[in-house]
Formats: sequence, C-alpha cells, structure tokens
Amino acid sequence: MRFLLDAEQRAFADALHAMLTAADTPAVIRSWSRGDHARGRALWSRIAEAGVFGLAVPEEYGGLGPRPVELAVAFVELGRHAVPGPLAETVGAAVLLGDRAPAGRFLPGLAAGKETATVAAPTGYALDGDVASLRLLPAPDGLYLSTAAPGPVRRSLDPARRLTRLAPAGELLGTGAPYDRALTWIRLATAAQALGVGLALLDRTVTHVQQRTQFGVPIGSFQAVKHRLADAKTALEFARPLLFGAAVSLRPAEVAAAKLTACEAAYRTARTALHLHGAIGYTAEYDLSLWLTKARALRSAWGTPHECRDLVLTEGLQRG
Amino acid sequence: MDLTHSPADEEFRAAARAWLDAHVPRAPLPSLETEEGFAAHRTWEAELAADRWSVVSWPERYGGRDAGLLRWLVFEEEYWAAGAPGRVGQNGIALLAPTLFAYGTEEQRARVLPPMATGEVVWAQAWSEPEAGSDLAALASRAVRTDGGWLISGLKTWSSRAAFADRAFGLFRSDPGTGRPHEGLTYLMFDLRAPGVTVRPVGRLDGRPAFAELFLDEVFVPDEDVIGEPGQGWAIAMSATADERGLTLRSPGRFLASAARLRDLWRAQGSPGHARDRVADALIAARAYQVFAYAAASRVLAGARLGPESSMNKVFWSELDLALHETALDLLGAEGELADGAWSEGYVFALAGPIYAGTNEIQRDIVAERLLGLPKGRR
Repeated sequence: MRFLLDAEQRAFADALHAMLTAADTPAVIRSWSRGDHARGRALWSRIAEAGVFGLAVPEEYGGLGPRPVELAVAFVELGRHAVPGPLAETVGAAVLLGDRAPAGRFLPGLAAGKETATVAAPTGYALDGDVASLRLLPAPDGLYLSTAAPGPVRRSLDPARRLTRLAPAGELLGTGAPYDRALTWIRLATAAQALGVGLALLDRTVTHVQQRTQFGVPIGSFQAVKHRLADAKTALEFARPLLFGAAVSLRPAEVAAAKLTACEAAYRTARTALHLHGAIGYTAEYDLSLWLTKARALRSAWGTPHECRDLVLTEGLQRG
Repeated sequence: MDLTHSPADEEFRAAARAWLDAHVPRAPLPSLETEEGFAAHRTWEAELAADRWSVVSWPERYGGRDAGLLRWLVFEEEYWAAGAPGRVGQNGIALLAPTLFAYGTEEQRARVLPPMATGEVVWAQAWSEPEAGSDLAALASRAVRTDGGWLISGLKTWSSRAAFADRAFGLFRSDPGTGRPHEGLTYLMFDLRAPGVTVRPVGRLDGRPAFAELFLDEVFVPDEDVIGEPGQGWAIAMSATADERGLTLRSPGRFLASAARLRDLWRAQGSPGHARDRVADALIAARAYQVFAYAAASRVLAGARLGPESSMNKVFWSELDLALHETALDLLGAEGELADGAWSEGYVFALAGPIYAGTNEIQRDIVAERLLGLPKGRR
C-alpha cells in the first residue's frame, strides 16, 4: 500500500503542464472549433512525443504501455488545458486495435502521433470524425475501419467538440474480441480529463475572486463565495483518489464510479465558476467558456451518469 | 500507486475478522445514549481491550498493538462490517489520546491511557459554552491558579457523553488579561464527579441524554492534569480538532458498512427506481472516502502531516452520513418514522454530524482560506 504518485509520475505531470502552458491552448482550441486544425495537429505531435498515446500501446508496437496510472496523470493535464481533439478516442482505438490482429499495422502510428483516431460511441457519433485519420466503428459483427467520408459535422455544446456520424461498414478489422476493455480505457481517460477541467476551473475562479472587488473588498472574502469554492475543492479532491484507484484496478465498476464522480465534480465546479465570474464568464470571448462547455460535454461522453451508476450497482465496488 | 495491502496487513485483517466473528454481540446493544446502553457499551470496550482490539494503533505498553495508520483503517473496515457496537470510548480515544501522545507527559500517558482503552474511564468533551460555539475562542470558563493546581469555574455545554461519563477535557481561560481571545487558554482534564461539578443531562431530539451541561464551581484540578504548558491550550486543542475532523473520528469503514447495508435494504425492497441514484451515490462516496483515506495515510507514512485538508473530510463524511440515513428512511416508506429501528437511531445521530466537531461552515471557511488561499472576511 502506497497510494501516492511517485516522483517520476509527478515530474511527468509537471512537464506536460509546462509544455501545455507554453502552447497557449486557448488559441489552439479556438482555431480547432473553427475547423482549422493546423495548430491542434502540431500540439498533437508534441503530446505524442511526450509519450502520452504510447501509454496505451504495448512496447512491442512502439509504445510504453499499458500504463493506466500514467495515462490518468497525463489526461488530467490535457483536461486542465482543455486540449481539443479525439484524445480519449485515440486511447480507445489503441486498445481496440491492440486486442485484434491488425495491431502492428496501426499501433506504431498511434503511439507516435502520426495517426489520429476516433471511435464511434454507442450513439453513433464520433468525435472529430472529419479530422481523424482512423475512424473506428465497433459493430455487433466486428470492428470496422470506416473508409468513406463521415457525415456532416454537428456542433456540440462544447464548440471544440465536433461530432460526426461515421459511414457504416468499410474494412473489417477483426471479429470476436469484446469492446469492454477499450471502453474502460476511454472512460478512464475521460474521467481524468474531466478532473483536469474541474481543477482548471477552480484555479481560474479562485484567482478571479481574489482580484474582483465589490463593496470595497475582494469578493473572495465573502462567505457565500468561499463556501461554493470550498465545496468545489472538496468534490474534486474526493474524485482524485477514485480516479487513481480506478487506474490501478481497471475494474469497470471502479472506472465508472470515477467517471461519474469526476464529471459531477467538474460540472459542479463549472456551475460555480460561471456564477462567481458573473456576466463575463457567460461570454464566448472570455476563455473560461472553453472549460465551462467541456465540463458539460464530458459529463455524458462515454458513459452517462445513469450508465455509470448501473455498473456500480450491478458489479459493486471493492471493499478492502 | 499501489492499493494492495501487504500479506502481513491481510493477516492482521484476518485475525481481526476472526476475533470479531467470535465476539460481536448477535443482538444490538441498547442505545449508547441510555444508562443501560452506556453500561453495556462499557462492558464491550473491556471485552475489546482484553484481547487488545480496543486501541490497535496505540503502543503496546498502553494496551494497543502498534498497528499504524494503515492497519487501523483495516481494523475499522472489519469492525464496522462485522456490525460491532458503537464505541463509547470514542471521544477519549480519538481526541484526547492523540493530544496526550503529542503534548502529554509520560506520566499522564501511563496514568490516563490504559483505563481509557478498557472503558474503565470514559471521557467527555468540554469545549462549547453558551456564548462560545463556532467562535470557540470566545470561551469564558476560568481557571484560577491555586496551590498545586487550578480552580475551574464556568458553564460548559453540549458535552457529548457527559451524562454518564467519568472525566472530561477541555479549554479554560487561565489568563484573561492577554487581550487576545486565543491566548491565555489552558487545556485541562478533570473529574466529572469532583466536588463543584454539577452534570445536567440534556436530551437530544429523541429525548435521550446524549450530552450534558457542566456547571463548574471552583473545581480543583491538580497540576498533573494540565496538558502542555498553561496558556498554550489553543494550539494544543487545534491540533486535536484537526485529528477529530480528519481520519480518526469517523473512519471510512463505518460508511462502507452503512453503504453496503443501504444497498442490501434497497435490494430487499425490490430495487425501487426512486432511490437508485442515491444508493449508487452512497456506495461511490463511501469508496471515495476510503481511497481518500488511503491516500492521506500514504502521505502521512511518507512524512507529511494532515493539516487543513481534514476539514474536507469532515464536510464529506458528515454529509454522506446524513444522505445515507435519509435514503434508508425513504426506502422504509411510511415505516421510516418508527423510532426503534437501527436506521432511525443512526439518522438522529447523523443529524448532529454537520454541527459538532466544528460546524461545516467553519470547515468550509478553513478549506477556502487555508487550502485555496482566499482572504479572511467577516463570518
């Protein structure tokens, strides 16, 4: 029992945080939302160079994985900077393909960041299907590579999330292997991303309420303001160990519990962040909106609260 | 990141489980908040202590097992999963003992701790006063210097367990001239049956005397019952309350067991949809508290101290406890209002959680000011 990140894992988080801070992600996100992916692709390459996608790819295919704890560490940072693109989906694709015969054909490219993958969710929508070089369609009879052009882009409440329906059929990549393992990994990555989104919203809001003055004092000195932020902090800090516990076990119910808790905490923090920023937070031009809208979208991506609770109630959580 | 217990810790768990299987009373004891129940719980403390299961984390020479924080968490998981009785010695064990380990003398530890472990001496708290609740430093009870000790006078209130307990501990103003409320306070232990002490039991919502008022009129406290230096009581007490809010007062094992029972109740009622989300959320929150505690214990073992983060714990477990019991009463339907069920007793107890041990508003202030760095303001 030593339920702590080690020095190397913390250094990995710090290095990603520094790299993403320097990358000016708000500008990247805004370009991505307009359908201009050049800066986003450049950032994608740097994230791959840092080894993030390799964490879901076995060493024999050019990766470093499977390393779910480091993956969670990385995705917290990706969420903290609201990095756009099919990040969790690329992780899911690596797991889907790693379980099947064509692993050697695709995995090295995914690990190296040369390929961008998306996966159709059970709803039929795939994130950034217009950008991804690999579009995977899990179907009852097997996993397909969707080769025809995807449908038109539909806007998400999060402008950086561009949803498309994938063209059915295409190339059959494999049959038989279940999709559960990939879903667990995507869900873990999404949970981590949501936690990062929540942490960033909290940080930005704490800074804001220290600077914003009304009635002659910082609004952060008012108890009504403090208590909402204290609740956000508490919700996020209790989501964190659930996330890492889920990464350690990779049990579907634990991952579902982490996904639900991290997304609820992030969403609650988003509501607090919006409220405490006042009208400026409600504007599209202010960067806070980039995190606010993502918190809402991630809540239902890859496992709604209802689905996550189902897994907890049917499979149960670990006791000891 | 490792969440598995060592084989030695698992052996410890198995030994605890085996002992509890053999000893936990089959029928629940009468309520702790009655004279009869208090006596029965005291006997249970003695039974625990006889086989060294009363205070596993303490050093062996005081009746413990030197078990460490991780094994204490394991013990608590087994304890509550076994349906074992509430701990009448809780206030002393969770609050006074850590203070004595940190600030007491060896003589005090040797004298006070062993009878605390056996339930022979049960301790009550004496913090709050009529005009000093959340603003504890406003307390007015006095300690006046006398030959060989102190004479304490004043009124302490909401003193948990004091209706039937033996001794109490708390803060008294020994130097009223400092001009600063947090200074000139002294941490004292005293006998609830000493001359000058009048205990007036106070009924909680269900009428049971869960706490009491303590009228103190020049009660003699010998110097040997002062903890730490006179005048330094505030700092000493605050370290104790951090422990209280943190892990030691309400271990995760308690809520894991309650959440599992809630799930069983829900299933027994046919898994009704109206309570589904709340049952799932209780299971998840109990697990979250458990892994949060393992993370905190890991930090402590790595040399860190639990500081203001304990305030997050207190808000979390007190709200979880209430949510759990409210859900259970809702699941019981119209029978939920019956007062003699296990869930209703727990519900009445849970209602107090957000109030005692520092109200949740005080905890949120601490989280906001000391963890988030927000400026102090008017409360």
